[in-house]
Amino acid sequence: MSNKQNHSMSLAKPDAVDISTKQKIALAGGIIGLFILTLALFNTNFSNKGLTLTLALGLIILGTIVYSRDAYLTKLEGIKNDGVWFKSISSRGVWGWIIGIVLTTFYIVLYFFPKYLGLGINGADNTGLISLFDPLSQLLSGRNASQWFVYGTLYTVAILAFGYKFILKYRHNRYQQIRTVSVMFFQLGFAFLIPEFMYLMNNDLPYYDLKSVWPLNYYIFDEWSVNGFLSSGNIGLALISFGIISIFVITPILTYKFGKRWYCSWVCGCGGLAETAGDSFRQLSSKKMSAWKLERWLIHLVLVFSVVMTSAMVYTYLGYDKNDFWLTKGLFISLVTAFLTLVFVVVMFFKRQELGKDATYGAIGFFAVIALLLIMHFTGTTDNVFYLKSNDLRSAYGLYIGSIFSGVIGTGFYPILGSRAWCRFGCPMAAILGFQQRMFSKFRITTNGGQCISCGNCSNSCEMGIDVRHYAQKGENIVRSSCVGCGICSAVCPRGVLKLENDSMKGRINPTEILLGNDVDLMTLVNEK
Amino acid sequence: MEHVVIIGNGISGITVARHIRKLSDKKITIISAEADYFFSRTALMYVYMGHMKFEHTQPYENWFWRKNRIELKKGFVKSIETKSKTLHFAEGDTLQYDKLVIATGSKPNKFGWPGQDLDGVMGMYHKQDLENLERRAPNNKVCKRAVIVGGGLIGIELAEMLNSRNIPVTFLVRESSFWNGVLPEGESEMINRHIKNHHIDLRLSTNLKEIKSDENGNVKSVIIAETGEEIRCNIVGLTAGVSPNIDFIKGSEIETGRGVKVNRFLETNIKDVYAIGDCAEQHEAIGNRRPIEAVWYTGRMMGETLAQNISGNRIDYKPGHWFNSAKFLDIEYQTYGWVFGKKGRPEYERHFHWKHQDDTKCITVAYHKDTNKFLGINTFGIRMRHKTFDHWLTEKRDVDYVINHLPEANFDPEFYSKFEKDILDSYNQQLQIA
Repeated sequence: MSNKQNHSMSLAKPDAVDISTKQKIALAGGIIGLFILTLALFNTNFSNKGLTLTLALGLIILGTIVYSRDAYLTKLEGIKNDGVWFKSISSRGVWGWIIGIVLTTFYIVLYFFPKYLGLGINGADNTGLISLFDPLSQLLSGRNASQWFVYGTLYTVAILAFGYKFILKYRHNRYQQIRTVSVMFFQLGFAFLIPEFMYLMNNDLPYYDLKSVWPLNYYIFDEWSVNGFLSSGNIGLALISFGIISIFVITPILTYKFGKRWYCSWVCGCGGLAETAGDSFRQLSSKKMSAWKLERWLIHLVLVFSVVMTSAMVYTYLGYDKNDFWLTKGLFISLVTAFLTLVFVVVMFFKRQELGKDATYGAIGFFAVIALLLIMHFTGTTDNVFYLKSNDLRSAYGLYIGSIFSGVIGTGFYPILGSRAWCRFGCPMAAILGFQQRMFSKFRITTNGGQCISCGNCSNSCEMGIDVRHYAQKGENIVRSSCVGCGICSAVCPRGVLKLENDSMKGRINPTEILLGNDVDLMTLVNEK
Repeated sequence: MEHVVIIGNGISGITVARHIRKLSDKKITIISAEADYFFSRTALMYVYMGHMKFEHTQPYENWFWRKNRIELKKGFVKSIETKSKTLHFAEGDTLQYDKLVIATGSKPNKFGWPGQDLDGVMGMYHKQDLENLERRAPNNKVCKRAVIVGGGLIGIELAEMLNSRNIPVTFLVRESSFWNGVLPEGESEMINRHIKNHHIDLRLSTNLKEIKSDENGNVKSVIIAETGEEIRCNIVGLTAGVSPNIDFIKGSEIETGRGVKVNRFLETNIKDVYAIGDCAEQHEAIGNRRPIEAVWYTGRMMGETLAQNISGNRIDYKPGHWFNSAKFLDIEYQTYGWVFGKKGRPEYERHFHWKHQDDTKCITVAYHKDTNKFLGINTFGIRMRHKTFDHWLTEKRDVDYVINHLPEANFDPEFYSKFEKDILDSYNQQLQIA
């Protein structure tokens, strides 16, 4: 008996899951590419590093392309989910766990032990894997590679290669294609190439991925980063201003018009990886009510942590005296408090009813943050906040949230928790955008009257673990803060029930008792109570 | 406390239970012999295809039932004694009710074909059918060919399922074109071509004569009535429609025809006994609807209505404008209002038909030849908005208005190519010719 019986009702491995000869060759090519990288990792000294790297990355990309073409172009256009829950890799089988462990290990080494990847310490030359990437780094920015350059390159390769696969998989769906081209473009241009070119132009500038907005980019307001920007003249000033405008102006406007999807599934790099390389794992996210409860606590705690941490960081390097710099500690705390209070009051005034029980939690959260900030202000010295060194707070955030949560768990656990564990449970940026989406946005997923048959394809394919069916079968629009607007629920629906829309705010949230299709009298009677 | 007992945990039974709970504090028990928890029958195909696991077909988590004080009982009701209000179970126990709802759904039709009860002959309706299929057709080594008899919605779904595991399928359809008892010609023929594009061996105007068995009582082959051809196969899917699953009622005093006879309040001839969903048969058909409607949403709507009745708000079952949807392999189908195929088409009904050159999208708009009143629309490969068509049907719009306002009804995902202009041009051209 195969262990598959536990995963599905399948007794034997269904034949359709087997791959063609062409796909086997493509897979072999990709594995050889990865093997070359592994050889480099174990300090094999390739004579021509540039050629070897080209060969390795080329094989990986080519392998993925050939494999995908054979998988999708040999069949008619349509939904291609056959066997997803039979395949070991996409159903938490042996291969799923192996990939999960390999990825997790890679992230641990990357974040905490880069010297094992071959990073040259204290000016020494790179060795191993990192040295293999030196020629590419030299080509782009005239310096040797770092572990982050290696990571960025592999990340970009993954988004491009698997993005291509995704486009073929959804070649009947232009929303999916355009969205995928968008994440591929932003990854290649904004996250990978532009920062390198910016370094070429002005090597004092800190690495800045323009599309990475605070609080996802949690280090942008660190002292070294701000100093870096401020010491780089007008361009630096423009960049840091853009960073501030991004979160306070651009983000609310775009989220109001399009929902948080404009960022999470069109621009963001974390989202980009999840939508492309992570696509095979989207169905693994938990749809349980308990997971939703955990999500709401966890993601908002991270948000609180990041607001307090950033405020504390900025606070410590500001001065007391107006003459040094116009922004003083006191003024800064007042500004932060005033801004948070404004948001709180506006929400409570306009949206108290919609929030229901959550209003209490929101209020507690708000007063907790304000209290923390005030305690900080009145108990702190220059270096200490909450009797802790603010640097320690910052390091803790960087370690637990920035590295372990977003990297090790968020991506390493793709084959176990699904592709969006970080976006769903941890990302403070997603929490802010989600809050805006739930409160002030034209975006919703419209359900189509009485057509839903409760089949569950939508919920199954939701990477954010939203039980889409719960709404669709009641004819209720889906207005959830976590929805990243990937549009796959709409794509897989066999009855044409779901549509992502930007429309007026009025009537956006429409809980009903009785669905369309009934006699009008009954619907009015029951729905209007 | 009044005890409402519901036989059947499908969409009808579950809906009536949920709504009674919202409206009252009555004791509610749901009985099923098929599955422990409510699942979506229409989703069984996706379990076999590996898109989902069985648990994903369950719309409510298991704690939902206890939280809402809805008791679930697994058992098979053998007979109903309406005088003493007692249910007798095949397992030997009994259960008292104050109000009884019969929501036992359908069972696959069998038309007395020789060999129809052999091992390997199956319908595709119950959870047990899925398990049976999984056992007998796990892959194309064990099941070298499957024959499907009956060209309706379940037949094409079964073909899609087997196709997903590369099991060769021969699809026997009695009609001269797929589902043309319901679909107009142009649509039906487009689906014929789509089926063949999926390498399914579609045999039109073909009837089953008999199913032959091997020495162990398993299916060996089928014989075609018209040609006498023998097709070797390992399973036979019987998908020639469904009929009410009410054999256990036959001995009781509850009036039955093909289904359990009910009035517009969904009451049977016996006080405190009701029937809803696929197994209920209206004394008189409502509008153009059939007396028995085996459709997901009508089951749900009857459940919504009956919950009001049982909770003391007596209203009749009044379904609104007809609508439905399905998916034929990769082509989605939606219908709003009435569009008839050749069979049963009223004399006054005229059609406007448009088909895209890629042969996967088309629409048919039905209208009244004298008044131009819009009667209904079938759409293939283009999603339409239920609400918009529901309004237009209520407002009794004419066909010109509908064709000119089609963009308002479009429900396709963003950035999809739009065909409304093309449709309008074609409509104007056809008018000039006519």
